[in-house]
Amino acid sequence: MNIDRRAFFKIAAAGAATALCPAPAAARPPKELPPEAVGILYDATLCIGCKACEVACKAENDMPMAHDTPLERAHGVAGTWDADNDLNSRTMTKIKVYTSGTAAVKDREEDGFSFIKRSCMHCVDPNCISACPVSALTKDPFTGVVRYNPDACIGCRYCQLACPFNIPKFEYDKAFPKIVKCQLCPDRLAAGGIPACCDACPTGASLFGRLPDLLTEAHRRLTFKPGEQQQYPVRRLDGDEQRKAEVTGYHPKVYGETESGGTQYLMMAGVPFDKLGLPPVGDTSRAQLSETIQHTLYQGMVAPTLLLGGLVFAVYRRTHAEQEDASEGEESTPEAREGRRDE
Amino acid sequence: MNRSAASRREPALGPYLSDQLDVYGISRRRFIEFALGITATLGLPLGMSGQVLAALEDTKARPTVIWLHFQECTGCTESLLRATHPTVETLLLDLISFDYSETLLAAAGHQAEQALHDSLDKNKGQFILVVEGSVPLRDGGIYCKIADKTPQQMLHEIAPHAAAAVAIGSCASWGGVQSAAPNPTGAVGLPEALRITGITKTDGTPLPVITLPGCPASPYNLLATVLYYLTLKKLPELDAKGRPRFAYGHLIHDHCERRPHFDAGRFAEQFGDAGHRQGWCLYKLGCKGPETWANCPAIEFGDVGANTWPVGIGHPCFGCAEQGVGFHKALHEQADVESVTPPSLFPEIITKHAGGVTVGAAAVTGAIAGGAVVYALGANEKLKQVEAESTAVAKSEAEEPK
Amino acid sequence: MSEVYRPIGGKLLTRHFYFMGVLVLIGAFFMARRFIFGIGDVANLSDGFPWGIWITYDVVTGTAIACGGYAMALLVYIFNRGQFHPMIRAALLTSVFGYTLAGLSIVIDVGRYWQLYNVFLPQYANLNSVMLEVALCVTLYTLVLWIELSPAILEAMKDNRHLRQVRHALFFFIGLGILLPTMHQSSLGSLLLIAGYKVHPLWQTNIIPLLFLLTAITMGYAMVVFESLYAAVNLDRPIETDLLSKISAIIPWLLILYLVLRISDLVWTGAIAALLKPGPEPLLFVLETALFLYAIVNLLHKERRIRPRVLFWTALATILGGSLYRFDAFLIAYNPGPGWQYFPGVGEILITLAIIAVEIMAYLFFVKKMPILLAARPARLGAKA
Repeated sequence: MNIDRRAFFKIAAAGAATALCPAPAAARPPKELPPEAVGILYDATLCIGCKACEVACKAENDMPMAHDTPLERAHGVAGTWDADNDLNSRTMTKIKVYTSGTAAVKDREEDGFSFIKRSCMHCVDPNCISACPVSALTKDPFTGVVRYNPDACIGCRYCQLACPFNIPKFEYDKAFPKIVKCQLCPDRLAAGGIPACCDACPTGASLFGRLPDLLTEAHRRLTFKPGEQQQYPVRRLDGDEQRKAEVTGYHPKVYGETESGGTQYLMMAGVPFDKLGLPPVGDTSRAQLSETIQHTLYQGMVAPTLLLGGLVFAVYRRTHAEQEDASEGEESTPEAREGRRDE
Repeated sequence: MNRSAASRREPALGPYLSDQLDVYGISRRRFIEFALGITATLGLPLGMSGQVLAALEDTKARPTVIWLHFQECTGCTESLLRATHPTVETLLLDLISFDYSETLLAAAGHQAEQALHDSLDKNKGQFILVVEGSVPLRDGGIYCKIADKTPQQMLHEIAPHAAAAVAIGSCASWGGVQSAAPNPTGAVGLPEALRITGITKTDGTPLPVITLPGCPASPYNLLATVLYYLTLKKLPELDAKGRPRFAYGHLIHDHCERRPHFDAGRFAEQFGDAGHRQGWCLYKLGCKGPETWANCPAIEFGDVGANTWPVGIGHPCFGCAEQGVGFHKALHEQADVESVTPPSLFPEIITKHAGGVTVGAAAVTGAIAGGAVVYALGANEKLKQVEAESTAVAKSEAEEPK
Repeated sequence: MSEVYRPIGGKLLTRHFYFMGVLVLIGAFFMARRFIFGIGDVANLSDGFPWGIWITYDVVTGTAIACGGYAMALLVYIFNRGQFHPMIRAALLTSVFGYTLAGLSIVIDVGRYWQLYNVFLPQYANLNSVMLEVALCVTLYTLVLWIELSPAILEAMKDNRHLRQVRHALFFFIGLGILLPTMHQSSLGSLLLIAGYKVHPLWQTNIIPLLFLLTAITMGYAMVVFESLYAAVNLDRPIETDLLSKISAIIPWLLILYLVLRISDLVWTGAIAALLKPGPEPLLFVLETALFLYAIVNLLHKERRIRPRVLFWTALATILGGSLYRFDAFLIAYNPGPGWQYFPGVGEILITLAIIAVEIMAYLFFVKKMPILLAARPARLGAKA
């Protein structure tokens, strides 16, 4: 053992202690809902699969429609159907359908079917925002909308890897690509309006509102008995448009209430959500875990700085000794001597 | 075809319908086309059009019809008579023997009542009872009287002797406009009235009732029902509400010409807006097509022709034929989409994405892996030689000092 | 620094070199296509698999393989094993190219490469992002590596004034050059923490940064051994069997530490149960472990690890095992959900191949033209001493 190494271990141990000390390294608390958080409540039992939301979304965001040439030829029409089969870089919202067996009855798990509208979940504690190295994805401090700034984005696609819902899409087919995701129609919101999909939804299946109110509404609906006639708000929760509809029964869960630390896009359906292709995310955001581990290691850059100090010191001692050794032939460490013997 | 000289002299009363075509200015070709069309409406295979044609032509076995008017507007009869589709009403009137109809009968008063009684006596258990209009049940049905008899009384007298009944129009089928809240007369349709008053056939079996709802009912559907009976000598298949499946087996929504717009999410938001003018889906304007079972999109409405049915001319379906919809839901109120048959156009939950292995990629990968293995084995050989040399050297070195 | 380094000289434009050149040209063609028509034109990347071999091989695995410089610096300067100093330049050289070309891969891989400098702009920095830490560390370390290598270049250029200046400050950069890989090699593993369920439970663990760091160091040592043997086989250099076997002696202990940590963590969290589930993932886990066990078993025996062939195959097994670990975690055992699949496209593979070819060409250029390798020092001499 020589002094270099001992010194190094001392410093390294100090660094490690700082890094692993529980006091400054407490787990990062979950993010809170912004004060004016808004969101969408999607109720699959109200959805009639008309895709008005998709059409409105594309119109609002100037997205091109996809063509299915064989289908269009078969029907002798062009530009009738939007043929995208999943969310992609020109589709920010998509109605998909779950079918089982004969698919006879809507919102039934066995021999039934159910629609589901997929789009950005606007997480309360978004992984994508934690992941993005250049803050291209940000959460609006008031509305909580997860927004995208192409001027910051470097296109690393870490947000795609991080998102538990596979929402951010990337324009792989373009030379100058962007990330594409729902931003809850920022221009409309700024003008006091509501997102295009909610505005277009004829049945109130996509309902815009303040998030706490939407949650209350969702829980109100969970108390409905199948067969009842109930009033459902249309377009926006605080508007005056209402619609009467028969309750077909709910799967007793509001998806998004707790998922991944909560989301601002809530879903209700008549069938379990795993059947509707929603992933098994836990109740805490992975961002929380990732940041806890990273910040534990890099708390105020104390540990790396201490480690660097130790390392530089050790290297300095070693190289200095070597240089002195080489120039003046003074005594040096046994290892250095041993090393020299080789030469 | 017995195209006799006699029939030419008496053109209106030939034994065969085909004999009368000239009188109505209809070519034989159009007549056959019509027969084919109605075969299709009936949901029968086209090969049966010959039988349908035969039934059309043979007017000898015309069933006797007693046509009663209760609480109604006579719109069904009117639309039957005013049909511009040539010859429908003519064909119909020629196919059946109207022994009693308050609208069509030339006779009036006691004479008419006499005709009714005579026909009843003559055709007991064989005639078809057609009812147009609802039956008032409140206060003993005093809100509607014909020859001082309430509809209930008339049904008690006549219905048990009928072979079958046809309830034409929404009023007769389920109450129609009179049954709308608050329903002051306690109006119900014929099936309900028979059930409540307990009227059956004389032998105690229930009287079969075919309902042909619609406001007015499509005359075409009445004709088709009659032809079905004449062709196959049995009643057509009925649904739970007594409607012939061939006419009422599909939602208007399912065969609507604007359905592709619904599937593509394109809706008229207001009357006269861009979407409305382009013929987009009228669902948001309150179209009841998604919950109304009728064949309007196929045969259109009122037999007027020229794509004239409500949705065709830009008005949302009113749901007139559907109990609980027409006259019950507000015009603007959105329909319950009853059978959202998931079309194949919906993507499934799990989308198969491209990105799998291609032959080229596999070949390139294989080549790289192969190259790496060849290199590693080559290196192994060289190292083996070096090893052999060094052990030889080591041995010799070990031996040297000795 | 009493060792004498010399360019080994010899013909640069060999057949070998030309072959690499052809590979580079093919890759350049696809790179041009990527920049003209977009990533989707050459790569099979998708919204489900946003990261393919460009990230998994070129960056994550490539920099781990390039940890030779880091691993050797750790050994020489921190654990004070001066006898390995002669190997440091060669190790540094592979590190320099591993990292520089990883940087090039990133330029190809990121969609909005013209904005890459945003990573360095404070107003855009997201201090919560693991990616930011990796990006900054890798960039900085690449710079540090070039500074560490600069004496070799300056010697070749006979620029003694700058050489002296660099030598005086070098200790700081060497220290930094040890810190930075420690940070980002672990963070490369931390990148996956946020992916949650998408990474198979056999790989997704909270100690993934530690596991990535350990394997990176191990792969660094294995790469030093492999590279030295490559030089022996392809450049007719003498085999430094003695030094190589000493370096190789470190590998099994690191691997044992890694395996103990990994398996006890799996047992601790209960994720080990996933080993009994059907599917290719348990097999891949077993394959990784088997490769490492092969290296451990062979390298623990002193008489075995002095045989160059054993050194060669164990180094290869260690590199393969570590690479497979990274490929599994990032690609093979990565599952964004049903319906998604990924296999690299032809253009994608050929671009990666071109980058490897550039690395080899640059290596050959540098060892032949610059003082990288030690002046002739036959293996037997070392063995005798």
